Amino acid sequence: MKVALETNQLIALAMKQIEPHVVAAYPITPSTEVVQEFSQYVANGDVKTEFVPVESEHSAMSACLAASLSGARVMTATASQGLAFMWEMLHIAAASRAPIVTIVANRALSAPINIHGDHADAMGARDTGWLQLWAETAQEAYDNTIQAIKIAEDPRVRFPMLVNYDGFTTSHAVETVEILEDEQVRSFLGAAPKPKYSLLDTENPASFGVLALQDYYMEFRRAQAEAYKNVKDVVLEVAEDYAKLTGRKYGILEEYRLDDADVVLVAMNSAAGTAKETVDYLRKQGKKVGVLKIRLFRPFPVEEIRCALGNAKSVVVMDRAYTYGGPSGPLFEEIATALVNETNKPLLGNVIAGLGGRDITMEDIEHVFDLGFKALEKGNFEPLVSWVGVRE
Amino acid sequence: MNEQKWNELPEGVIVPEGGNSQDVYIVEGWRTFKPVVNLEKCTHCMTCWVMCPDNAVNVKGGKMLGFDYLACKGCGVCAEVCPVKVIEMVKEER
Repeated sequence: MKVALETNQLIALAMKQIEPHVVAAYPITPSTEVVQEFSQYVANGDVKTEFVPVESEHSAMSACLAASLSGARVMTATASQGLAFMWEMLHIAAASRAPIVTIVANRALSAPINIHGDHADAMGARDTGWLQLWAETAQEAYDNTIQAIKIAEDPRVRFPMLVNYDGFTTSHAVETVEILEDEQVRSFLGAAPKPKYSLLDTENPASFGVLALQDYYMEFRRAQAEAYKNVKDVVLEVAEDYAKLTGRKYGILEEYRLDDADVVLVAMNSAAGTAKETVDYLRKQGKKVGVLKIRLFRPFPVEEIRCALGNAKSVVVMDRAYTYGGPSGPLFEEIATALVNETNKPLLGNVIAGLGGRDITMEDIEHVFDLGFKALEKGNFEPLVSWVGVRE
Repeated sequence: MNEQKWNELPEGVIVPEGGNSQDVYIVEGWRTFKPVVNLEKCTHCMTCWVMCPDNAVNVKGGKMLGFDYLACKGCGVCAEVCPVKVIEMVKEER
């Protein structure tokens, strides 16, 4: 069935179809409509979800955590300062293996205050232990939302997951999308798998939120680090099952005209769409360019990235966030780390673009590819990091 | 203490049993005052058992038996909440 909806409304509809046991949320631009529309479904009796209207995002994540640890299927939505305010609970949710799914309409962080698209919020959460899916379009945001539940809750995974899409550019854009029937979503997901130990299981009591000092903390962390190794296989399995249901197939990355590309742009979320258009335009002029779009950012798909960039001569990584005081944008750091010990690795450069909702235009992307070609001529990217679309 | 390796731990940050810190973390040295109950006047209402933050009130068959002094930090909550005031906080002599 086809519908034309704003992405936020579409995600609220996906949540209605998923019908989580618990949603605890606090509205924040540009994800507000997700919570607003979903609370209407609850008020109208369309879903039996326990909706907890808390007084802050910190409390939202705390309530989600407790509900998840008792075995419930749990979702919430937030952005920007809201995700930042959840920060300490994000770590606890991941380490506690609470498979909460959080929708994030990516938005810039203050100051100065700004409500528009930017990846600083999710990049700030990259070391919290949450899994992360990223979406270029409304359709991908919808499909990722449903798949995220199944990935997060899989007994081989049991980690919480962020589902990202760009604030305003995507969140407030109306697109025609293909949706599933409610019944298809419910049978695809099945019942939430029961955790081995849960807060409400009085027959098998366990201590939650335990203290581990010098004698045990490192073992807990080592065990957590190991558990991410299962995630990629489950992401691909779920994608395969989802493709059987919908015909829409997803991978860990999306490779666009990479096979013979000399210069490759790496991008995430909506800018990847503009980049693909630009690639088509430049290809007509005979330029060998391509786009690598990251769908699964956490755990970071090191081997897949090595493989996808193996034939490129020059790679420009576009970050819609910056690591202040650091060497580059966050995505660049990770891609550079993935390639550091490869022989015959491409030249690597970084551009910072689109902060605080600044448009990333086809002209910008063309300029970025130019930087990649110039680096090939000069033998290196100088400077390593360029800001694109900023008044100089 | 049984020191497990990282791959022997249960999933998540749980210990799959309850009340497991009692034999490990001995806190009697933290006390300045210790609670002493007069069992002849105690009504066994269980208020102290409910309110004790450290599970340091020994109880069996609905009867208050006294305190687990290895687990008691001497906070004095029990004496404060006792409705018949039969718990006294006595200065530790060391």
